[in-house]
Amino acid sequence: MSKEWPLWEIFIRGQHGLSHRHVGSLHAPDAEMALKNARDVYTRRNEGVSIWVVESNKITAFDPDAAEHNFAAPKSKVYRHPTFFDIPEDVGAM
Amino acid sequence: MYAQLVETGQSEGTEQELEFQAKIDRGVRIEANDWMPEGYRKTLIRQIGQHAHSEIVGQLPEGNWITRAPSLQRKAILLAKVQDEAGHGLYLYCAAETLGISRDEMTAQLLSGKAKYSSIFNYPTLTWADMGAVGWLVDGAAIMNQVPLQRCSYGPYSRAMIRICKEESFHQRQGFDIMRQLCQGTDDQKAMAQDALNRWWWPSLMMFGPSDKDSVHSEQSMKWGIKQNTNDELRQKFVDQTVPQAEWLGLTVPDPELKWNEEKGGYDFGEPDWSEFFEVIKGNGPCNRDRLEARNKAWDDGEWFRDGLTAHAEKQQQHNIAAE
Ligand SMILES: [Fe+2]
Ligand SMILES: [Fe+2]
Ligand SMILES: [Fe+2]
Repeated sequence: MSKEWPLWEIFIRGQHGLSHRHVGSLHAPDAEMALKNARDVYTRRNEGVSIWVVESNKITAFDPDAAEHNFAAPKSKVYRHPTFFDIPEDVGAM
Repeated sequence: MYAQLVETGQSEGTEQELEFQAKIDRGVRIEANDWMPEGYRKTLIRQIGQHAHSEIVGQLPEGNWITRAPSLQRKAILLAKVQDEAGHGLYLYCAAETLGISRDEMTAQLLSGKAKYSSIFNYPTLTWADMGAVGWLVDGAAIMNQVPLQRCSYGPYSRAMIRICKEESFHQRQGFDIMRQLCQGTDDQKAMAQDALNRWWWPSLMMFGPSDKDSVHSEQSMKWGIKQNTNDELRQKFVDQTVPQAEWLGLTVPDPELKWNEEKGGYDFGEPDWSEFFEVIKGNGPCNRDRLEARNKAWDDGEWFRDGLTAHAEKQQQHNIAAE
């Protein structure tokens, strides 16, 4: 009985200058194979100039059920948005 | 600006360097693992480091007024702004770290006085109106400089700048809003606003760095796509944008030489006192010593806390190993 391969999360830089973005995941025995598989699966149509792979179980995330609680604070801080301040149009760009 | 007088190395013209230059000329971004000339790397470490230090030290003049803001709302807004600056420092330290320097190394350079930060943060904030003037003028000047940096040739720096620029607009607006409220208030309040403008105008113009003819490192930085505009270009843009805003507020810009020049479609204006600028850069401004002392104290006072968090993390790790 062979061992099940770990899951890897794949991040791709679509164009030079942009950040890597998560595009999906795949199974592979190690990081190098994950990179090669990611290239073959996720960039067949020239979707990227760079790939990062991260083992899925290395990713730490908040409990999705606690999202409302975790992200509530900024909701009341409307002044963090520039539109909060009413700048008359004739003042010019700001 | 936030990085003034950044020294650059010189290109040596090897084949690898020519290829690198061609990449920059094509507008291709350089990433952390790409080959780059040592001079390019060192210039960026210095510039991004100075920029990061400026964001961090820049919290001090405004932090000075958080407990004395005139209303709860103004206090919450100022607190949010200063929090943003801490975040900007963090984005930039991380961008610099991609070039092979550690954050602790950079912090040590700041604390020892070896690394520079923007001259502007060595001036005192004497009244509440200074919170208005700093947001309007200092963040305004910073935005003027940072918008073109979003197109900087180094990817991690350019991406940090994109994030920062998005957040900066609130800073300038809240400052202008303070000025506007003061200018529409009593005579005393308006006089406070005028006094703040008088004190912050020239230091704000100095933020863009010395005049182009005295700016020895600009040329190489422009060639490398680290810098997009000359100091004088940005200073002119800032004056052209800001003078009408001062007029709108009913304030007088403290420059007798300021005059609209129809032919060039911009203002003529006086020369900042560059001897003052170089003194401040050398460490002899009104608040240089205070600023460094405050940063050193914060670092020293925080040591037990950093150590505590590290000890906790190590304990957790051992706990997890034991549980496996
Ligand atoms: Fe800033
Ligand atoms: Fe900032
Ligand atoms: Fe700011």
